[in-house]
Amino acid sequence: MEIPYTLTARPDTGLYNGKLGIWLFLASEVMLFGALFTAYLFMRIGAEDGTWPQHVLSVPIGLTNTAILIVSSITMVYAWVSLKERNIHKYRIFLGITIVCGIAFLCLKGYEYYSKYEHWGLLIPEAKFAQYEEQLKKMDAEITPIPSLHAVQISGDLEGWKPGPDNNYYMTESQTGFTGNYVLAPVKAFHPYGYKAPAGTEESTEETITIPGADVERAGRFLPYYGTYFGIYFTVTGLHALHIIGGIVVMTYFLTIGSSLYKRNPEQLSNRLEVTGIFWHFVDLVWITVFPILYLT
Amino acid sequence: MDDSSPSADTHAIPASSHGHEAHGHDDHGHDHHELSFIRKYVFSTDHKVIGIQYLWGGLSFLFFGFCLMLLMRWQLAFPTEPLTWTNASLHMGYQFHEILYHLGLGQMPTIPTAVKPDPSHPCFMERLFGHAQMPGGVMTGDFYNTLGAMHGTIMVFFGIVPVAFAAFGNYVMPIQIGAIDMAFPRLNMGSVILFFISALLMMSSFFVPGGAAKSGWTSYTPLASISDQPQPYFNFFSGQQVMGPDGHPALWPMWLTGQSIWIIAMAFNITSSLLSSVNFITTIVQLRAKGMHWMRMPFFCWTQFITAFLLLLAFPPLEAAALMQLMDRLSGSSLFSPTGLVVNGTPWHGNGGGSPLLWQHLFWFLGHPEVYVLILPGLGIIAEIVSNNSRKPLWGYNQMVYGLFVLGFLSMIVWAHHMYLTGMGTAVSSFFQLTTIIISVPTILILSSLIISLWGGSIRFTTPMLWATAFLPLFGIGGLTGIPLAFNAPDTFLHDSYYIIAHFHYVIAPGTIFALFAGVEYWYPKATGRMMNETLNKAHFWCTMVLMNCVFFPMFLQGMAGMHRRMYDGGATYELLNKNVLHWNVFISEAAWLMGIAQIFFIINFCTSWKWGRKVSDNPWEATTLEWSAPSPPPHGNFLKPPTVYRGPYEYSVPGHPTDFTPQDQPPTQTKPTKISGPAPEDERGLGFPPLT
Repeated sequence: MEIPYTLTARPDTGLYNGKLGIWLFLASEVMLFGALFTAYLFMRIGAEDGTWPQHVLSVPIGLTNTAILIVSSITMVYAWVSLKERNIHKYRIFLGITIVCGIAFLCLKGYEYYSKYEHWGLLIPEAKFAQYEEQLKKMDAEITPIPSLHAVQISGDLEGWKPGPDNNYYMTESQTGFTGNYVLAPVKAFHPYGYKAPAGTEESTEETITIPGADVERAGRFLPYYGTYFGIYFTVTGLHALHIIGGIVVMTYFLTIGSSLYKRNPEQLSNRLEVTGIFWHFVDLVWITVFPILYLT
Repeated sequence: MDDSSPSADTHAIPASSHGHEAHGHDDHGHDHHELSFIRKYVFSTDHKVIGIQYLWGGLSFLFFGFCLMLLMRWQLAFPTEPLTWTNASLHMGYQFHEILYHLGLGQMPTIPTAVKPDPSHPCFMERLFGHAQMPGGVMTGDFYNTLGAMHGTIMVFFGIVPVAFAAFGNYVMPIQIGAIDMAFPRLNMGSVILFFISALLMMSSFFVPGGAAKSGWTSYTPLASISDQPQPYFNFFSGQQVMGPDGHPALWPMWLTGQSIWIIAMAFNITSSLLSSVNFITTIVQLRAKGMHWMRMPFFCWTQFITAFLLLLAFPPLEAAALMQLMDRLSGSSLFSPTGLVVNGTPWHGNGGGSPLLWQHLFWFLGHPEVYVLILPGLGIIAEIVSNNSRKPLWGYNQMVYGLFVLGFLSMIVWAHHMYLTGMGTAVSSFFQLTTIIISVPTILILSSLIISLWGGSIRFTTPMLWATAFLPLFGIGGLTGIPLAFNAPDTFLHDSYYIIAHFHYVIAPGTIFALFAGVEYWYPKATGRMMNETLNKAHFWCTMVLMNCVFFPMFLQGMAGMHRRMYDGGATYELLNKNVLHWNVFISEAAWLMGIAQIFFIINFCTSWKWGRKVSDNPWEATTLEWSAPSPPPHGNFLKPPTVYRGPYEYSVPGHPTDFTPQDQPPTQTKPTKISGPAPEDERGLGFPPLT
C-alpha cells in the first residue's frame, strides 16, 4: 500500500505531499516566531524610557553569523541540485559544508552566550553615584545614566563578585537588599587561566572598587533575570538555536544513514532534501529578522 | 515522512453485501505478514487504529476531567464539610426525605450536620489525595484551585480536542475523502506518541510536592509565574522530610513543580496538535479520491479542514507564550511580571518590566480559535447526522462551507473580548465588539441551515439523531447567551460570574460533547461492524440531556445574581451576592453526580457492544458518503477498490431514484430509473424502523 503523491506532484495542486506539509509547518513556525517578535515589540514599547539596552550585542559576530547562515542556505540549494543531477559525491560535499556552517553558527552563538554570562551590570541610585564615579572611570567602566529610574547603570569589561568565605564567589543571581559588599574589577586584572585575584592582594588593589550592597539597586550577569531585554533575547535566540540543532540532526542523517536511499530511490532522497532545505531557508530567514531587531537597534 | 511503512494488517473482512473479493485493494503485492500486537495496536501507523487510540484516550480524559469537577461540586454544595461516606449518605438521606415530604409523604427532615472523621483514621479521600490536599476530608483552597485548573486543561486539551479533532478526524476523514491513509502515516504515529507523553506528564503533576497547576486553565500571569515555588518535600516511602547535604530541608526543584510540568506538558500537546493539523490539511488537499472535488466533500471534512488551520495558526503563539512563562519560572526573567510586584506583602525578587497583559493576549489569541476548534468538528458531525437521518440534502451546503471560512478567519481577530475588564481603550474594545458580533453571523448561518435541513424531512429518530436534535437548541442557548458577553457594558457585570460558566458550558457540554456522543454512536457500526445497544443509548441520552440542563441552567441565575466563578465556598461569604441563589449549589451538584452515574450506560454500552453488539451491514444508516462504501470495519487501505466519486455528498431522496439515498461512488446510470411500487420491503437491516422508499 503506497500513499499517492509522495514522489510526484498531484496535477491539480502541483505539489507533492512533503512539500505541502513543510510549507504548512512553516506557516505555524511563522506564528511561533511572530508571537515572540510581537512580545519583543510589546516589551520594548512598554519599557521605561532609557531602560531598554541598546547595542549590547556584538554586531561583527552577528554579521558573521548572518553570513554563515546565508552561505549555508546557498550550499543547501547546491546539495539539492547535485542530487537532481544524480551526483552523490558533490551532494555529500555541499551538504557537509551546510552542516559545518550550522555548527559554526552554533559555536559563535555559544561564544556570545558565554560573553553574556561573563558580563555583568550594576544599578546605583543617582544620589549615591558620585562617590564611585572617579574610580569607575579609571577602570574604564561603561556608565549609562537612566533618568527614568533615577539610577546609573554600570557595565563593561568588568568582573564582579560578592566575596564569600573564600573571597572567591561570583555573583550568580540578582539580589535586592543584599547587605554585603560588591567587589568589582576589570576583566584584565584576572589571570588568563581563570584565577581570580582576591580583593586586597597586590595584583588587584589598583583597580578594584568595593560598593556596599545597600548602595546597589540591582546587580547581576546579563542573563534573563537581569531584564526583559535579556529575557526575550535568550528566548528568541535559544529557540532559533534549537531549530538549527534540529536542522543539523536531520541533515547529518541524510548525509550518513539516510543517503543509502540514493541507491534505491534517488528522487525520493532529493524530495526529502528539498523539504529539509525549505526548512533550513526558513531558519535562515528567522535569523535575518532576528539580526536587525536584536543587534542593530 | 513521505512514505508509508507496514502497519496494521487487514482486519477480517466481514460478510459484505457488495461481494468484493477479500484482498482486491492490495494492488502491488505487499505481503500480509502478521504484525505483532505492538505494531498493530500500539505503534500503528494506520489512521484507523490511531483514531481509536485517540478516542479511548480522549474519552477517558473526558470522564476523568468530569470526575475532578464532581469533587469540586462537593465543596461548592457543602462548603468545608468533610467528604466522607458518612456525610455523603447523610445528605443523600436528607434529599430523599425532602422529596418524600414534597410528595406529601412524611415529615420535612432536619438539615444534617457534618460528622468530622476521626483524625487517627484518615478517611478515604484523605488517603487518596494526601493530607496536604484534603486534611480530614476537607478540600483545601489550593486543592480546589488545582481541581479547577486541571478540569479546564484536561477537558479542553486532553478530552475534547483529541476526540473531536484527532479521533474522528483520523478515523473518518480519510475514508470520507476516499484516501487509503493519512498523507504522513508515521508523522501521525508521532502525534499520538507526543500526545501520550503530554498526557503522562500532565497526570504526573498531580503527584509532585505542591500538587498540580493551580492558576486556572488560562494560567494567567503573574500568578502562574510565581506559583508552585520550590518547597520542602517528603520521601514517598518513608514519609520523612528529605534533607539536603547542608543539613537544611532539601527543596523540590522548580522545574518539577506543578505549573512547570503544566507548561512542559502543554508544549508536547501543542506540538502533537500541530503535527496532526499539518497531516490533516495535506491529506485533504492531496489525497482526495478521483472525482472528489472540493465542493463534493462532506461537510464534516470541511470542518476538519478549517479546524486544522485554526490549530496550525493559533496554537504556536501559545507555545511561544508557554516558553516565555517557562523562562520566567526557571531563569528568573520577568517577561510577564510587572515592575513593583508585591507577593504576600513582600516585593518580588524579579526585576520587573514585563507585561502580564501580554500573556493574556498571547493566550487568548489561541484561546478564542480554540473555542472554534472545539465546536467545528461537532458541527460537522451533526451536519452528517442531520442530513442522513432527515433523508434530505443539507440545506445550503455551499453557504455553510463559505460560512466556515468566514468563521475561521474571524475567530482569529476576536480574542480580546475575553479581556474587556483589563482596561483596554474604547477604540480597541469597539473593534473587538464589532468582530465578535460579526462572527455570530456565520455561526447562526450554519445552525439555521441545520435546522432548515430538518424541515420537510422524513426524520428517523435514531439515537445519533436524538443527540443531534438536542444539540441544535442547546448549542443555540449557549450561542445566544454569548451575545450579551460580546458587548463591553454587560460583560463588565457578567464577566467572571457563573453566567460565563453556564454560557461556555452550554456551548461545549451539551454542544460539542453531545455531538461527540452522536458521532460515536453514528460511526460505531463502521468501526466495529456492530451496533450499540439502542435501549442503553436512549437511557443514556435522556438522563444526560435532562441532567445537563439541571446542571447548567441554574448557573445563569446564579451568575446574574452576581455569583463569582472562583468562590471556594460557593459564594456563601461573598457579600455582594444575592444569597437566595445559594441553594442552587446543592441542586447543581446533585444533578452533576447523577449525570456522572448516568455515564455508566454509555461506558457499558461502548465496551460491550465492541464484542457482543448486533452485527450489521456495511451501510446500516443508508448513508451516501464514502466511508459507508468501505467494509465494516475497513481493512488496511480502507477500500476494496479505489473509489471514484460521481456526485455530491448528500444525495438523499433524489426524485426518480429507486432508493432514497445515492452513494457518492455510485456511477450515474444511463437508463431511466424505474419507480418502485408496492409494499415496503421487510426491515432487512434490523434497525427497528422501516426503510424509507
